[in-house]
Amino acid sequence: MSVSLVYAVLFYAATAILVGGLIYRIRVYARTPVPLKIPTTPAPTTRTGVLFRMFREITVFESLFKSNKWIWLFGWLFHFTMLLVLLRHLRYFTHPVWFWVDLIQPFGIYAGFGMAAGLLGLWARRFLVDRVRYISSLSDHLMLILLIAIAITGLLMSFVPEWRTDIVALKAFMLGLLYFDWQPLPEDPMLMIHLGLVATLMMIFPISKLLHAPGVFFSPTRNQIDNPREKRLLSAWAAKLESSE
Amino acid sequence: MADFETPALTEFQLVPHIKKGSMAHSQTFAAKPEFQEDLGFPGELEEGWEDVAVKKLGELTTKYRGLKVFLDSCVKCGACTDKCHYYLGTADPLNMPVARQDLLRSVYRRYYTFAGKYFPWLVGARKMTKGMLDKWYCYFHQCSQCRRCSVFCPYGIDTAEISMAAREIMDAVSVGQKYCNEIIGKVYKIGNNLGLPEKALVNTLEGLEEDVKDETGIDVRFPVDQAGADVLLITPSADFFAEPHIDGLIGYGKVFHQAGINWTLSSHASEAGNFGMFIGSYENMRRVALRIREAALDLKVKRIVVGECGHAWRVAYSFWNTLIGVGHGGNDPYAKALQQQLDPNYPAPQHIIELTYDLIQKGALTLDKSANDDQRVTFHDSCNVARASRMGTMPGGQFVLPREVIKSSVNHYFDMAPETIHENTFCCGGGGGILTDDLIEIRVKGAQPRMQALMDVVQEYDVNYLAAICAICKSQFSKVLPYYKFPMDMIGSVHGLVSNAIQLGAKQ
Repeated sequence: MSVSLVYAVLFYAATAILVGGLIYRIRVYARTPVPLKIPTTPAPTTRTGVLFRMFREITVFESLFKSNKWIWLFGWLFHFTMLLVLLRHLRYFTHPVWFWVDLIQPFGIYAGFGMAAGLLGLWARRFLVDRVRYISSLSDHLMLILLIAIAITGLLMSFVPEWRTDIVALKAFMLGLLYFDWQPLPEDPMLMIHLGLVATLMMIFPISKLLHAPGVFFSPTRNQIDNPREKRLLSAWAAKLESSE
Repeated sequence: MADFETPALTEFQLVPHIKKGSMAHSQTFAAKPEFQEDLGFPGELEEGWEDVAVKKLGELTTKYRGLKVFLDSCVKCGACTDKCHYYLGTADPLNMPVARQDLLRSVYRRYYTFAGKYFPWLVGARKMTKGMLDKWYCYFHQCSQCRRCSVFCPYGIDTAEISMAAREIMDAVSVGQKYCNEIIGKVYKIGNNLGLPEKALVNTLEGLEEDVKDETGIDVRFPVDQAGADVLLITPSADFFAEPHIDGLIGYGKVFHQAGINWTLSSHASEAGNFGMFIGSYENMRRVALRIREAALDLKVKRIVVGECGHAWRVAYSFWNTLIGVGHGGNDPYAKALQQQLDPNYPAPQHIIELTYDLIQKGALTLDKSANDDQRVTFHDSCNVARASRMGTMPGGQFVLPREVIKSSVNHYFDMAPETIHENTFCCGGGGGILTDDLIEIRVKGAQPRMQALMDVVQEYDVNYLAAICAICKSQFSKVLPYYKFPMDMIGSVHGLVSNAIQLGAKQ
């Protein structure tokens, strides 16, 4: 029971840090003024156009595609297989399982391989391309190692019979966390490693470069409408300069 | 200045392997204390400057959302690493946009992030030291704020914003660049970047009227301080006498003349360029721009037109409405005081290319393309026009309109390779406060990608005229073209071509 307790506390803490940290960050971004119009042009001249631009950035990584096909391939592969994997995992937190989660299940299972492949491709670039090697710090490597380890431990549990866990018991544990009706966690080593790594990832999310996820929504070069001649933008601190004259 | 080798032009653009420290010796002259003080900055590096710098950095992250988001969001993916013309031309890894940003980001992390405070070795966080300051001074003066990296970043991180912040922080501890800061001082004292006083300006323009009269037999006016004129022209002061800029000014004059537009220059605001942007100082940028507001109010003009100038057009197009209320749609008394005077039928400000283009569309100008038949022309998209502004009503109009004006004036036009024009354009190598002789090495090397693309059209189409719409591009190319064995007079104004082609006198 003690291991279950440790993991229960760990997941409550990780969730609190992830959610609290992200809310804090998003509040800081939202409250920081944008005193000047700085969209990277050509930029849309309407709000709808901007929404479409952002949608392309977030779904197909448009700028990255323009930039470098290898990074785009590995990066996109990783992010979208990870999305599938995350959605598939909803089955461990919902009862009954939503029908569309069931639909994703067969793809989600194999998407783990895509995740690992994309991540390994990105990691290889950190060694093979001298420019990328130069800009990589220890944390950049560790972040990839963490994500790769999460993907591989997950795949091992799915595809190697000896490392399978009692998935029904795991689901009971997770639902127990959600409904404050605590249940024991199956004490399988691969599961415990996997969950430990996931909790680590959740906790470092709001204090690391993973902030690119909320950040992209707040990037003025992408989310501003190109209409400076038609609409006057004036931030509060800049307006003070005017009134002091 | 140390000797250096001009980069070789090859069969196609190469991405070099990194050569650490290859531009570490680059040093731009520092501004003297009295010039720093003119701009409201301290004159000397004082005890405890590190704290001042760190505090300033923190303050900027609370004033500019872009800066804050950019500092937090980079994942070091490497997409930008081969996009900067200064990296391509020098191979110095600190000229890769992400590495240039990291000079500042590492300090931000050290003082303003959890990971950087407690695990600096893990995330590459560094203290603000004299060594770091020297690196900033070196490499943030090897950025022309051209925004090419921001096109390719998956999060839109714009190194221009980072280098502006770095320069503002350096100024806050007295470390400023002579070129930018002395020029800003001249604008405050005299009204333009060149320090051309009113009398000299008037004389120059009278001389210009005589020249045009001698050449064409027509009285084309170049008026100054004409209250009640419809149009106030704000143009870079280089247009008043530098070559080939002046051909552009003559072209604007002929266009106004032929269209019957009542226009004027202002001796109070005789400069479009705004170096306040280069040093990232909102206050100085605003103070420089204020002269234009004052001139517009004084002269009671209805329209404000901006001459060929890249960074100036960025400030005018994107920032003037914010800074000084030149624009439309303002609801506050400050903006209204000016905007009620401006004609709502025209964009404010309007680019001279937009004005000429509209007149061509309306058939108000007669252009004889054959007058330019000895010119085989290509067009250099100036970085700040391309990636930080617009012309016309359509996104991307900044690429279409200048080309249409050129094509209406010449018979032989050829674009450079698509990956080097439009939003992908390469900076001339001299923008953003780099256009000074003490930085000639980085200017020449940074021009390499543009020169490479130019060579391709020279070889393929016998191009002999590189048209540009930016005072800095024009000066920079005049200087660096010879390093690459091109004739220096290959660079010309777009309105220089218009000037050759335009038929003056009564319309048939």
